[in-house]
Amino acid sequence: MSTSTQPSTPVGKTARWVDDRYTTSNALRRNLGKVFPDHWSFMLGEVALYSFVILLLSGTYLTLFFKPSMVDVIYNGTYVPLKGVKMTEAYASSLDISFDVRGGLLMRQIHHWAALFFVGAMTIHMFRVFFTGAFRKPREVNWVIGTVLVLLGIVEGFAGYSLPDDLLSGTGLRITQGIASAIPIVGTYVSFGLFGGEFPGTDFLPRLYAIHILLIPGIILALVTAHLLMVWYQKHTQWPGPGRTENNVVGYRFFPVYMAKAGGFFFIVFGVTTLISAFVTINPVWMFGPYTPDQVSAGSQPDWYMGFLDGAVRVMPNLELVFWHHTLSLNLIVPAVVLPGIMTLLLGAYPWIEQFVTGDKREHHLLDRPRNTPTRTALGVTAITFYLMLWVSGANDIIATTFESSINAITISLRILLFVVPPIAFTITKRICLSLQRRDNDKLLHGHETGRLLRLPHGEFVEIHAPLTQKEQAEILGKVDMPVLALETVDANGVAAPWALVNNLRNRLSSWFYAINVAKPSPAELEAAAGHFSHVSAVELEATHRHREFEALGGVLHQPSEDESVKH
Amino acid sequence: MSDTTHGDTGHGHEVEPITYTQSDERGRILLGLDEHRSRRTDTSQRAAKRAERQIAGMFTFAAICFVAAIAAYLLVPKHDIVWVPVLGNVSASNLSLGGLIGLGTLLIGVGAIQWARALMPDEEVIQERHELRGSDEAREDTIEQFRRGAQESGFMSRPIIRRSLLGAMALFPLPIAFLLGDLGTAPDDKLRHTAWGNKPRTRILNQGSGQMVRPEDLAVGGLINAIPVGLTELEEQEGSQNARAKAAIILVRMNPDEIKSTQGPNWDYEGIVAYSKICTHVGCPISLYQQRTHSLLCPCHQSTFDLSDSGRAVFGPAARHMPQLQLDVDSEGYLVAVGDFAEPVGPSFWERG
Amino acid sequence: MKGKPAVNVSSSKRRRPMAAGVLLLLALVSTGAAYAVTTSALSAKSSSAANAANADNARQGKLLFTEGCSSCHGLAAQGGSNGPSLVGVGAAAVDFQVGTGRMPMAAAGVQARRKPPVYTQAEIDKLAAYVASLGPGPSVPKASQYDFSDANVAAGGEIYRLNCSQCHNYAGKGGALSDGKVAPQLMDASPKQIYEAMITGPQSMPVFSDRQIPAKNKQEIIAYINYLQSAPDPGGSALGRLGPVTETVFLFTVAIGALVAFAIWIGSKAR
Repeated sequence: MSTSTQPSTPVGKTARWVDDRYTTSNALRRNLGKVFPDHWSFMLGEVALYSFVILLLSGTYLTLFFKPSMVDVIYNGTYVPLKGVKMTEAYASSLDISFDVRGGLLMRQIHHWAALFFVGAMTIHMFRVFFTGAFRKPREVNWVIGTVLVLLGIVEGFAGYSLPDDLLSGTGLRITQGIASAIPIVGTYVSFGLFGGEFPGTDFLPRLYAIHILLIPGIILALVTAHLLMVWYQKHTQWPGPGRTENNVVGYRFFPVYMAKAGGFFFIVFGVTTLISAFVTINPVWMFGPYTPDQVSAGSQPDWYMGFLDGAVRVMPNLELVFWHHTLSLNLIVPAVVLPGIMTLLLGAYPWIEQFVTGDKREHHLLDRPRNTPTRTALGVTAITFYLMLWVSGANDIIATTFESSINAITISLRILLFVVPPIAFTITKRICLSLQRRDNDKLLHGHETGRLLRLPHGEFVEIHAPLTQKEQAEILGKVDMPVLALETVDANGVAAPWALVNNLRNRLSSWFYAINVAKPSPAELEAAAGHFSHVSAVELEATHRHREFEALGGVLHQPSEDESVKH
Repeated sequence: MSDTTHGDTGHGHEVEPITYTQSDERGRILLGLDEHRSRRTDTSQRAAKRAERQIAGMFTFAAICFVAAIAAYLLVPKHDIVWVPVLGNVSASNLSLGGLIGLGTLLIGVGAIQWARALMPDEEVIQERHELRGSDEAREDTIEQFRRGAQESGFMSRPIIRRSLLGAMALFPLPIAFLLGDLGTAPDDKLRHTAWGNKPRTRILNQGSGQMVRPEDLAVGGLINAIPVGLTELEEQEGSQNARAKAAIILVRMNPDEIKSTQGPNWDYEGIVAYSKICTHVGCPISLYQQRTHSLLCPCHQSTFDLSDSGRAVFGPAARHMPQLQLDVDSEGYLVAVGDFAEPVGPSFWERG
Repeated sequence: MKGKPAVNVSSSKRRRPMAAGVLLLLALVSTGAAYAVTTSALSAKSSSAANAANADNARQGKLLFTEGCSSCHGLAAQGGSNGPSLVGVGAAAVDFQVGTGRMPMAAAGVQARRKPPVYTQAEIDKLAAYVASLGPGPSVPKASQYDFSDANVAAGGEIYRLNCSQCHNYAGKGGALSDGKVAPQLMDASPKQIYEAMITGPQSMPVFSDRQIPAKNKQEIIAYINYLQSAPDPGGSALGRLGPVTETVFLFTVAIGALVAFAIWIGSKAR
């Protein structure tokens, strides 16, 4: 064994001790210098990750004080407006944490805000991955893991804010129970199984606690680890730009730059979460009162990530079928079971849906600019618009009171707008993407408009255009012009076969997806444009020289400043 | 292919940045990295030192914040409320603890980031990607290993072992699934009965006054939230709010000639009607009674019911009317419920009928 | 009357006000008594004591009424196309509606909203006396009725959450009703106005008479609403106390905005 490196410091000695047993130097050698691309949009997933860590830490603190029990007690703590009121131990312990544990309210608020950040950051991160096409091969499975993570986050958040057993979250549980009962055939069994009998029973809170502190966090932790390992192993994607190809990663090394930036960002997320928890109230359970099934508050909404379901349930027309002594509550099943089921399925399967449409089987490590795939971008915006309209539907009573309008009119309008607005959003987005592509082409061929006019000797005025920087060119030219599929639609004998139907469909879908794309300028056109620039700049240089001569002769025109020269 | 066998030894594969001169390269696609622009801290020692001091200052201030936070924990009284502009009256303890810990943490983060941005090298580095697919040789070898292992195990060549094993494994999860059977009691017909059916002619308790209701207590246009007499004792006995979740009712009074219909003949009493409080949509309790229109509006999803017309659903996602309770008056002049509801209260379920 | 008239009738003007006053007094006493029989004892106590002073007020009230209210409510307050009948609504209803500025309504609509009152308290008392004279109805509560200094705030919270929060929201911030109507927010309501609203059932609000919710419990409710009006928000700004909706707006604007801003800063090149 080589003895060229004999450690003398304690750190060195420890490192050698570990390496003697675990071959750490091999792994560290590869990974300490690993290059990560640096763009702000890649940090959204980090916000989710750090929020999860904050949730684990603050959540552990809360478990030391919270009592997950539905035994009734008479409150005797320091919050006067609830003194002497009968409530469950869970609610009483939440009040104790809020008022009688120093820092308890801060921890509760950090925990709840971090939960909102967690699901919010996952959602925005998901949008980024979608709009840049980062879910394509080889990252399809990571996309599915992400879908499962966001769903688990939503369920975990719902379970978490139901634990204090306050009036607002208890109402949400009642609604859950009502929806569970409506499931055909097994509904009452599901409901009785969840609640240990009739609602509200005395079992659901301890069960929810076990699910919230152990079961789901365990699954999330495992999936997040897998998610990160895949990103680590497959290397992160990157935007097209100077020096960036499908076969490399351009950025900074993990140690020290990326570690400093990622580590620093963790503290920033923690700091922002804590500061917000110091200044803004969230989930003031003492004002809601303890849960009892005969009380409710006006303006009861779930936390934001459940809002779309609440909205769907509000705008759904009252369809219920009664036949042969059985009731099928379509007014509940469609918005609360079928709709989220379809949305999840479409979301999780999207990489394969797009592959079916485009026939693109290549590996992709360079991201798409959203404008360069107008159909995908427009589909994404349509889905988000639909989701937002559902969320707005869930806030219909707050909107009615804030804007002094009729809640009946708002609800009926939303039923229609829910299906009218998304297609409009689709068309608008597609058009915007296409016009941005045309502007990119314009910039490649003609450069930036500088707003400076040059008067040529024969009297003509021309505007000076500055050519793009190398970086800007590389970014625009990173676009890939995808071909439309042209699969076989007849077999060897020229006869249409059954599989031809599928191929036909794929050809047409692929055409819809790609055909309207604006192609990049050809190399010949780019050469011609470069030549044009040379000519114009030569003219301008001459004019600038003449201007300087004029100045030297004592002319009174203004002095051209540094940036007016066309040198790059 | 692992990283160690490829060109990447941890030093990166540096590509010379290509400079862009005015005479020839304009408009061409370039493969080189962008030119590195020096930062102030790269060129000026003073700027670098100043950045160093700023970063150290942030870390130091963070440390001070943490010490101050400990002081706040020990010294700020738990229940003190302070007035702050914009925020209003807030807890001094929450504000000081959160503000100081938050600021300190934020400063550590900002300091670390600024260190990376201003002082650590910002030259871009290129690293080659390794092939993600296994080499052909590796694939063949793996397939060979699988074939050998499968053959050695005899899984494919011994069908009775294979089939019986698959059978046993298929059945393995089933008894475990059945172990969840006692998660809850069976529904039976529990949802069809409420506490109103425990004995006939149950008196009604006004939850607002704690007194039993007489017809003359309720003014026209008035609302009383009510439960059956004896419900609180029942709750103590059962140790849960299950009975209340089905038995909560509202009493409203209108002019008798304003009543268009009831769910049974003479189910009202001189303009007083009793309806279940539990919404037939998903079970929120409704006592939002709009007296001029006699409508009951559920705040959860805006289902609206006309209490002058048998509690018919007139707007919103609820499909069924609110169940009505038949009223009468007993010999001492108290309002009573003649019997239980004629149908299950609350949300629909499959076997409801 | 038998025998000579006791009053010198040299001036014809002197007899009419007296006679009218006596008649009004008789009417008020008899309707007050009838109202006391059919409703709670409390209302009977308050109406009989004030009747004498009310007589003159009622007359002046009628003048004010004709000027400012009859265009919608009819010259005899019998109701019209734009306003309901005021016979039997009682003095409390007038004191509440006019005292909170809801009446006179600026324009016809589905909901009268609180605004700065147009009439002074003295004028309101006159209007109230006039309307009270039209028929028996809840009278203006006495200060002792809405004195909540001994009331238990926690008990008030429980009754509030049972009877009030489903319309007015857990923090008294109001809520939506059907067809553009609202249950208003309670942050500006005085104890007297709260009491009056409960006993008169203004607009869509149901009536909560003293037999439905006794005065003691009403005092508890008032104590709780009073608490809500000045309650601190220990955790920081409560964003309007409207629940998760405003929290979400804050989240996706300020909070995530701040984090994205930091992310952009981190990814940018130092100068």
